Amino acid sequence: MKYWFIAALVCLLPSMVLCATPVRIGSKQFTESVILGEVARLAARQAGVQAQHQRELGGTSILWSALQHGDIDAYPEYTGTLTHELLKNVAADADIPTLRAALKPLGIGITDSLGFNDTYAIGMREDRASQLDIRRISDLTTHPELSFGFSNEFMDRTDGWPGLRQRYGLPQTQVRGLDHILSYRALSSKAVDAIDLYSTDAEIPYYHLRTLDDDKHYFPHYDAIYLYRLALEQNSPAFVEALRKLSGRIDENAMRKMNAEVKLQGKKETTVAADFLGVKPDTDGAGLLSRLLQRTIEHLKLVLISLTAAVLLAVPLGVFSARSKRLGQAIMAASGVLQTIPSLAMFVFMIPFFGIGTWPAIAALFLYSLLPIVRNTYTGLVGIPADLRESAAALGLPRGVRLRRVELPMAMRSILAGVKTAAVINVGTATLGALIGAGGYGQPIVTGIRLDDTGLILEGAIPAAVMALLVQGLFEGIERWLTPRGMRLEARD
Amino acid sequence: MPANNSASLEAFELSCVSKRYGAVMALDNVSLSFPAGTTTSLIGSSGSGKSTLLRLLLGLEWPDQGQVKVDGEVLESEHVLELRRRVGYVIQDGGLFPHLTALGNLALLPSHLGWSRERVRQRAEELAALTHLPSGALERYPAELSGGQRQRVALMRGLMLNPDALLLDEPLGALDPIVRHELQDELKHIFDQLGKTVIVVTHDIAEAAWFAERIVLMRHGKVVQDGRLEDLRQRPVEPFVTHFVEAQRTLREPSV
Repeated sequence: MKYWFIAALVCLLPSMVLCATPVRIGSKQFTESVILGEVARLAARQAGVQAQHQRELGGTSILWSALQHGDIDAYPEYTGTLTHELLKNVAADADIPTLRAALKPLGIGITDSLGFNDTYAIGMREDRASQLDIRRISDLTTHPELSFGFSNEFMDRTDGWPGLRQRYGLPQTQVRGLDHILSYRALSSKAVDAIDLYSTDAEIPYYHLRTLDDDKHYFPHYDAIYLYRLALEQNSPAFVEALRKLSGRIDENAMRKMNAEVKLQGKKETTVAADFLGVKPDTDGAGLLSRLLQRTIEHLKLVLISLTAAVLLAVPLGVFSARSKRLGQAIMAASGVLQTIPSLAMFVFMIPFFGIGTWPAIAALFLYSLLPIVRNTYTGLVGIPADLRESAAALGLPRGVRLRRVELPMAMRSILAGVKTAAVINVGTATLGALIGAGGYGQPIVTGIRLDDTGLILEGAIPAAVMALLVQGLFEGIERWLTPRGMRLEARD
Repeated sequence: MPANNSASLEAFELSCVSKRYGAVMALDNVSLSFPAGTTTSLIGSSGSGKSTLLRLLLGLEWPDQGQVKVDGEVLESEHVLELRRRVGYVIQDGGLFPHLTALGNLALLPSHLGWSRERVRQRAEELAALTHLPSGALERYPAELSGGQRQRVALMRGLMLNPDALLLDEPLGALDPIVRHELQDELKHIFDQLGKTVIVVTHDIAEAAWFAERIVLMRHGKVVQDGRLEDLRQRPVEPFVTHFVEAQRTLREPSV
């Protein structure tokens, strides 16, 4: 079994290296970004450059980090994000030439504006807004009873809610963090009175929303641009040329229309982007079964490699913990701390070390798997009655033999229970790997949440649940098979 | 300890040994010797230090003060594995490993030392005859054996390498009276037959006297009296000895 995994690892390494050949475009986990990613890919294809698009790689921090580390070559970004979040020592209203100069030392290039400004805006239901006579953000100050639902990113960013509240002196106290994708539903179901939105969102006309006038000019410009690695100017000048040619071609209406076609009419991003460029979409052609197979393989790879590596490290750690009390406490505390790191943060932490894709996800899952296995190994070993441990010693068996022939077999049940826990948790957590490009069952879930498509969500969620059940069943079988029969018998007297 | 040594050689020897667990003195300046080929009963209430004494002889514990000698040599940690292989050790519940069959328990040490499967089985069958273990019990797991059978297997495990000495820590403590009585007879017979150095720890004065002529009575980590049952009865060195000897209830006719 072990050799099989090593063989698999050896086979996977060259394929990682080979992936470096085509230009890699990334996109964030929202529809506009995915469309712009597809536009860039198809424009590259049009220019005869082979390109691939890694969709829905979570948020800004993941893409920015991936671009800097060379895990992707280009992605669509907004000037406001650069000035407010990504670059220090740059004025909030810096123009694109200034940004270009600031990005150059980082080895990153920037195109001119694609032609639209996708800035933050505050939106309310048309009926509610007219009933209260609210047209401008300033009007909100006289309605402290209103409740707001803001995307988590907007809540946290300095150019988001904290700054907005300060600029306008907003008195509202009922402010909740919501997933941006869910916030329209929250608004239309009257769970909140106002949300943050983007000026090109397709939902604005669909849900009959009013975007409030930013009368104090708080929100900065968010001109859409592409960021790319400057190295491409040498390696793939045709690609950079293709990106540059896109600037000025997409205005706000065009973008809002493309967003609406995907989000509201259910068209594919590829089709919409191809229509815009006037090229033929390349069909992905994959049926449900082959998609499912592909994702199952990706998902299994994440779970199996991380779990195997975790077992190889955690069982010895458990043995050491059982042997030395102080070391044991330190090991247990360290693996406990790892467990408290939120999954997405853990994935992001792994990017500097492993880039994006399968390996950072495996590394994160590996770290999560340690605690249950270490703890159960420790518990299993410590739970062996002292007189039995002493009997083994009194026989004159060396320590290693005692561990292998007596202590580990007696602790086997507990160790396997730990591995089982880790495996089942891994199957679930691995779905988040899609946010850093690891694929797996998380991919349709992420897309499904973004497009509000329950069918797609289930396409990922059901197989993940089935896999979790199978893993559970498999380990119960292994447990029965590996637990010596003598350990399952009740002693008679 | 070659088998042809004269009986005068000391198999085990403690000189001025003390062992403390926290605030409790488990052994307090104890000096004792156990000549090769003799049987000794160590007796005392629980907590008197008798089990600690056995564990010191096996190198499972080390003295805080004093010396433990085995076959005339001071016990050192680098030789402790060899020593343990020359000494059989049986504890109250047998200490059998639940994940191995009786035969698996017996084979553990021999197969580590490179014995063939046939040799292990042959030796196991010899010992099964000696201890009256029913045929078929060798293939069973400890949980499938009766208490008496478990103790027999534990004794066999101690005897697999034909050691020079046997240390038994309350070997019959967990058995019901009938099985216990039966095994007392058998053990006595086996001790006589094998002629090994035997130390039996028990808290039952009758059992102690049944196994050995020499009885060592311990209390609070000290040796109170070392002698025969008559010595303890007729010439107690302190009132505790009488108290201990008489505390064991015997059945009498109703005296009304």
